Amino acid sequence: MSALGALLRRDIRVALRVGGGALIGMLFFLTVVVLMPFALGPDLALLRRLGPAILWLGAMLASLLTLDRLFLADSEDGSLDLLVMSRTPLELTCATKAIAHWLAAGVPLIVITPALGLLLNLDFSATAAVALTLIAGTPALTFTGMIGAALAVTLHRGGMLLAVIVVPLSIPVLIFGVAASTSAITGSPAFGTPFSILCALSLASFVIGPVAAAACLRQRMD
Amino acid sequence: MFGPYASFIVGSYAVVAGVIGALIVWIAWDHRRQNATLRELEASGVTRRSARGKTAAP
Amino acid sequence: MAVIDLANPTRFLKLVERLLPWLALATAVTLAIGLQQALSAPDDYQQGATVKIMFIHVPNAWLSMFVWGVMSLSALGTLVWRHPLADVSAQAAAPLGAAFTFLALVTGSLWGRPMWGTYWEWDARMTSVLVLFVMYLGLIALWRSVEDPSRAARAAAVLTLVGAINLPIIKFSVDWWNTLHQPASVLRAGGPALDNAFLIPLLIMGVAFSLLFVTLHLAAMRNEILRRRVRSLRMMQAAQGAA
Repeated sequence: MSALGALLRRDIRVALRVGGGALIGMLFFLTVVVLMPFALGPDLALLRRLGPAILWLGAMLASLLTLDRLFLADSEDGSLDLLVMSRTPLELTCATKAIAHWLAAGVPLIVITPALGLLLNLDFSATAAVALTLIAGTPALTFTGMIGAALAVTLHRGGMLLAVIVVPLSIPVLIFGVAASTSAITGSPAFGTPFSILCALSLASFVIGPVAAAACLRQRMD
Repeated sequence: MFGPYASFIVGSYAVVAGVIGALIVWIAWDHRRQNATLRELEASGVTRRSARGKTAAP
Repeated sequence: MAVIDLANPTRFLKLVERLLPWLALATAVTLAIGLQQALSAPDDYQQGATVKIMFIHVPNAWLSMFVWGVMSLSALGTLVWRHPLADVSAQAAAPLGAAFTFLALVTGSLWGRPMWGTYWEWDARMTSVLVLFVMYLGLIALWRSVEDPSRAARAAAVLTLVGAINLPIIKFSVDWWNTLHQPASVLRAGGPALDNAFLIPLLIMGVAFSLLFVTLHLAAMRNEILRRRVRSLRMMQAAQGAA
């Protein structure tokens, strides 16, 4: 498994560099959250009620933004072809790339969630609930998004198309992520129900994502 | 002495001191690192045009 | 020595080497005086001791805008006069400005918590500073995303000037947005007229922070000049190696 380990390390390092997307994802998340009150008004009670939704939307858009880099750099310099043709199963390669992307781009989003929760007047337990659901849900966003990224890599200006493809696939994650956060705050459907569905979605994406992405990449080669 | 909100006052001064301290440390460390790299590069024979003076190669 | 001679990076470096210890000393002394004044200032009638946070919040807020002004002047130097040190000045100032803006936000938040009960209140002034912070971060991201320093400088210069023009517009819009939703204005601490007991420590801290910025800015410019020398030496080394 050292080939996959090397791939993991390399992908993380590239993602953390300038054009890699990790830091810009955080900045975009911040921008989206700052943008919301300008549209909604600075009513703190309203912001607190909408807080989990705003944070989830921001995290989802920010992780969408960095998804096209998942395969783009590799396709540009030819290493994607090598990865497809190598002996390591392409599904595992895709899964490794997705893990690297989540670690480098998804985790920073979760890290700044408390600070952004502060801006939206969320109290500590609400922010913790949102962060927990993000931890459970952002891997699903990355793994499902990878399918769109694999489809769009053949297109040069595939960024918007990628978003359009990935968003419908990610809607269930968004629904259950926000539902879980809100239920942690209001207590009304029990937190466990939406949260366990969210976890199930993530686990399913760990399988569906790499398999579908590998299939897309292979068909691209023909 | 600082009243009931002392932790906020102390906290703000601490954050300011921390960030400014970090800036100073970063600038000082960066200075040292650039100078070391420059010395190393010049020792290995690479020189700048203006430093070569009249013995510049054509 | 004419000002134009400062355009030469080597002469500039020598000047900085001479000035820096004195600037650092002046900063330290003024900070010490300012801190002593701030800590011994009386408690405010409304806010109690938390007024002491104002002495570090206001200088940072003021610096966040002043540094954008410095960067704007540098941007003009880059675009209009092609002054070689203008690029360096702008690049060195950006992270410093972002740091001061961040401190303004944090101290403003901590100052607001005892008064308003929340860590963040989307009021006009603080929201403008938050937008300014996002603009700083975007500018820094732009600097880092272009590889060639002089192309990066020109791109950043345009963005800086666009930002400078937009800042009053943003400030006005945010003020208007705020009055739309909050007809009752929040009573800002430090009101229209500051008593001398607060004004003097505030002014001293203002001077101290300004000196701090000048010191850090010159030191950072020095580092940036050295960094660019390293870069050109490395490129020469690569060229020689290939020859």
